[in-house]
Amino acid sequence: MPENVVEARLPPRAGVGKSELALSLGLLALSGLVLWQTLEIPVSPIYARVGPTIIPMMTALGLCALSLALIVMALRGGWQTDEERAYRADPKALAWLAAGLLANILLIGSAGFTIASVVMFTLASKAFGSTRLARDAGIGFAFALASYFGFAKALGINIGAGVLERALEAVPGLF
Amino acid sequence: MDTFAHLADGFAVALTPVNLMWCLVGVTLGTAIGVLPGLGPGLTIALLLPITFKVEPTAAFILFAGIYYGAMYGGSTTSILLNTPGESATIVTALEGNKMARGGRAGAALATSAIGSFVAGTLGTLGIAFLAPVVVDVALSFGPADYFSLMVLAFITVSAVLGSSALRGLAALFLGIWLGLIGVDLQTGQARFTFGLQELLDGVNVIVVAVGLFAVGETLYMAARRHSGGDEIVPLRGSLWMTAEEWARSWKAWLRGAALGFPIGAMPAGGAEIPTFLSYYIEKKLSRKPEEFGRGAIEGVAGPEAANNASAAGVLVPMLTLGLPTSATAAIMLSAFQSYGINPGPMLLTTQPQLVWGLIASLLIGNVMLLALNLPMIAIWVKMLQIPAPILYAGILVFATIGTYGISQSPVDLVLLYLIGAMGFLMRRYDFPTAPVIIGMILGPLAEQNFRQAMTISAGDWTVFFTRPLSASILALALLALLAPKLYALATRAR
Repeated sequence: MPENVVEARLPPRAGVGKSELALSLGLLALSGLVLWQTLEIPVSPIYARVGPTIIPMMTALGLCALSLALIVMALRGGWQTDEERAYRADPKALAWLAAGLLANILLIGSAGFTIASVVMFTLASKAFGSTRLARDAGIGFAFALASYFGFAKALGINIGAGVLERALEAVPGLF
Repeated sequence: MDTFAHLADGFAVALTPVNLMWCLVGVTLGTAIGVLPGLGPGLTIALLLPITFKVEPTAAFILFAGIYYGAMYGGSTTSILLNTPGESATIVTALEGNKMARGGRAGAALATSAIGSFVAGTLGTLGIAFLAPVVVDVALSFGPADYFSLMVLAFITVSAVLGSSALRGLAALFLGIWLGLIGVDLQTGQARFTFGLQELLDGVNVIVVAVGLFAVGETLYMAARRHSGGDEIVPLRGSLWMTAEEWARSWKAWLRGAALGFPIGAMPAGGAEIPTFLSYYIEKKLSRKPEEFGRGAIEGVAGPEAANNASAAGVLVPMLTLGLPTSATAAIMLSAFQSYGINPGPMLLTTQPQLVWGLIASLLIGNVMLLALNLPMIAIWVKMLQIPAPILYAGILVFATIGTYGISQSPVDLVLLYLIGAMGFLMRRYDFPTAPVIIGMILGPLAEQNFRQAMTISAGDWTVFFTRPLSASILALALLALLAPKLYALATRAR
């Protein structure tokens, strides 16, 4: 088999994989949440034996066991490949992207799909290092409008008509 | 004989102008999204799920299956020219194919991959036509306990055996099962894991999860490491006409690849990676020029590409006959069936013959269309590779909005989408596979249903899963699949 395809057995690393540990602890907390919520499910005595809680209980316990095993792996140095570990996630790019997603959530209800999309599109392209933002906004506008009238209308999905969409739909004979 | 009559009926369905149009749209769209890095068939079908409210099931599944097959063709183009395997099944194609392209033989690599995909896809589709009725005959005797065990086997193989780590695969699977359990329990009417939120009573929509993991998560991941240096696109050089020697070296590899891929894909364990690796290994062993491997050997493209497409066809067998999806894309197709109120399983072939045989015939037609789309028209798809990353990923986010916001027009779904996207980002970063989440989410509730039915029939006796011979042997197989790699590692270390 080609070597770079099969995961090479990672040599045990010195120290603790800190980020992996944090992630595994998060997963453990989630399994606790699942367990707690499973215990909250009321069980009617008719279904006591094969009730609605058996599979959720197995899921909770499974998640719990797996996260404990992952914690052990993290304490032994973690499992991330060296290549991925060497990579520092670009905080600026993520921040621009997060801003775009947030803008979309906030704008889509009030301003409508097209305007929200243009803002998100431009911020996202900024996150990917684009410098020609006016051009991107233009592309985003054309793309969003085309998706709205071509894709969403054809599928019959209502994706939030705003001022712009209603104005365009009001133009007689346009759509 | 029966199969031929059914296939003839199927062609009558598939050859209507409307269905031909759906097939063409599907394969074209499939090729496009296969070519574009960051988009895959699972994501695309998830985004198009709302179509199930508009068109009749046959047309929708012809479209979806066209996308599924088309993405396999398009994905190999990207692997060869860009060396970015879109999915794990095309890793091997990239290995030799990209070397060939760098050596100025991109044309031959693309040709052997497209023709090999056509040969294997056609053989695989015929395989579905002949195997499906056989599986149905066997499956009719399955009880709920057997189904549950079969699902356990599928769970184990897709999460623990196929990925790089059993632990992380299983964690992803359990996460998916939990997401699938959220909502009202259909048997008792009891709300589970809804945290008092009205929106969660109907459960978490699979579209939100698939789009969050595949589109938003991927976009976050690519943005976070955009400085990793873009892959360069190898220009399309070399004749698309293969030489006599290249034909001679390709055709046996296609057939061997198809013979490996289809049976492995059709097993209720699934997975396209294993047959592609096996095919690569076998071709390397059998080649008269093994020294070319690693430097662009045509057999190393022809065999694995064929194996990949044949196994993609094979995956449809357990999906249609048992209702058992073994890939994320098949799981999303299963949820499309559910949205029509159709239950894939042994009865599907008798209750929906038009749908099943029309679909199979349409796949055969689609393969011909794909060959035409991917050889003479290859230059168009290569152009799509030149879309700059900022535009591509920004566009993916807009599509993600359409797919999710359209479900309920509620910003809550967008928040959930982005949270799942963040989860997808972490999963990518820490090497958790995402497909088991989708499979667990769709198959988990079905497994629970069968589990409870089996337990009800046995009056609460747990041993039912171990006393039914079929169920017991399937569970033994699942245990073996889980432990075999560990035992093997122990054995080799002891030596």
